[in-house]
Amino acid sequence: KMLNCSTQYEMPNAGFSFDNSRRNAVLEEGLSEKGYSAPKARKTGTTIAGIIFKDGVILGADTRATDDMVVADKNCMKIHYIAPNIYCCGAGVAADAEITTQMMSSNIELHSLSTGRPPLVVTVTRQLKQMLFRYQGHIGCSVIVGGVDVNGPQLYSVFPHGSYDKLPFLTMGSGAAAAISVFEDRYKANMELEEAKQLVRDAIAAGIFCDLGSGSNVDLCVITEKGAEYLRAYDEPAKKGQRGGKYTYKPGTTPVLAKTVTPLTLDIVEESVQAMDTQ
Amino acid sequence: MNEATQYNLKLERLGYHQFRTMERHPTNYLCKGVSTGTTILAVKFNGGVIIGSDSRASVGGSYVSSKVINKLIQIHDKIFCCIAGSLADAQAVTKMAKFQLSFHSIQMDSPPLVKAAASVLKELCYSNREDLEAGFITAGWDKKRGPQVYTVSMGGMLLSQPFTIGGSGSTYIYGYVDAKYKPDMSREECLQFATNALALAIGRDNVSGGVAHLVVITEGGVEHVVVPGEKLPKFHDE
Repeated sequence: KMLNCSTQYEMPNAGFSFDNSRRNAVLEEGLSEKGYSAPKARKTGTTIAGIIFKDGVILGADTRATDDMVVADKNCMKIHYIAPNIYCCGAGVAADAEITTQMMSSNIELHSLSTGRPPLVVTVTRQLKQMLFRYQGHIGCSVIVGGVDVNGPQLYSVFPHGSYDKLPFLTMGSGAAAAISVFEDRYKANMELEEAKQLVRDAIAAGIFCDLGSGSNVDLCVITEKGAEYLRAYDEPAKKGQRGGKYTYKPGTTPVLAKTVTPLTLDIVEESVQAMDTQ
Repeated sequence: MNEATQYNLKLERLGYHQFRTMERHPTNYLCKGVSTGTTILAVKFNGGVIIGSDSRASVGGSYVSSKVINKLIQIHDKIFCCIAGSLADAQAVTKMAKFQLSFHSIQMDSPPLVKAAASVLKELCYSNREDLEAGFITAGWDKKRGPQVYTVSMGGMLLSQPFTIGGSGSTYIYGYVDAKYKPDMSREECLQFATNALALAIGRDNVSGGVAHLVVITEGGVEHVVVPGEKLPKFHDE
């Protein structure tokens, strides 16, 4: 008979555990008095946008991922694949956006195999919002879902608490205010492809230049009836310039006046060999 | 953890209780996620009801996330409800209520009573009152009692009234509606009354705006009236 432990192992309950929420709140208060702050989750601090044009939907995003005030990734992908005709831009906490969109993609594939029909954009939106509402905003990802299905081109936004919105043009993320101003000024219904691509590029560029959390390149994704075209690095508005000159000195610039060499004699005290398994 | 929850925790530690039970309408426009921070109203007239709202959704009290949001949700053929408070909570609750009502009407083999619709919303709001932050105004027409207006507050209180206003913008028009409401108005008078009330509230409340959505529900059917911003009546707006 095995010895019983004094403390039994308890299987943790499924889902999030909020046991430490109160303690964390008190700690944060205490820390801020001393001038420290709790570590923050890595956010994508983003500008994402979407518009409906004549033939379909265009989604755009910047490519900077930030860790507080440091750029963690200069070229990350914020436009995620959901289905061949549906793509999704994610803003907010990077991990949440990534995992949530991957989950949606799997669910939609299974659902579409089960129904035997190509997936609908409303299905993605509904599943997303139901899941985000269930987690009451603790999954910090804001999402723009865009795609073309039997009901035509559609664009939805879903906020972290689970509310959704259907609009002809949308922006989200920290650079949303900068990007929406470009859309408000120049959006027209039924734009042509090139004009629409330029408009989305300009909106994301506004976010890149005017928002600290957004930067690097503009990614675009054009979705029409025929399919989706992912334009990675469609534009690089914030490209580093070429250096005009160099500051290094040629060897020999500084004259050597004198040179003395002092050899350091070292005795070996102990020698040991550790074999490494290099398989 | 948002500001409101932190503040509540602080108050609890100091010994104050949350005073949510007495709150009739969600007037605080800072709530979780996107807020409808709104002006909603419903008025009974001779032969029907008019239910109306603005169309603005805001985030954090300073950014308008949607200028054209629909806050008049049709939960059955002749029963509408308008939403106030957290948009996520309101959308989830009305979807649930819509489903329950359609099931109920199939079981009863007749259109549901307006009171039944209001009750369904009340039940959802009351049982989940700790977690939800949404209030509703239900209005409609049924064969048994004709036109009716009900309000379901954030905590789950259900009241029947001849007219009611709600949302953060409603505080600015209590005087106007109390003074100008007359029972048994005609359809045109009532439409003008509702439009004026919405225009006045939109004019003074920063989180209400956009267009005025109005729905006229009578025995004959349902009619949508949309009044765009520039066509709203002006009151000394120089």
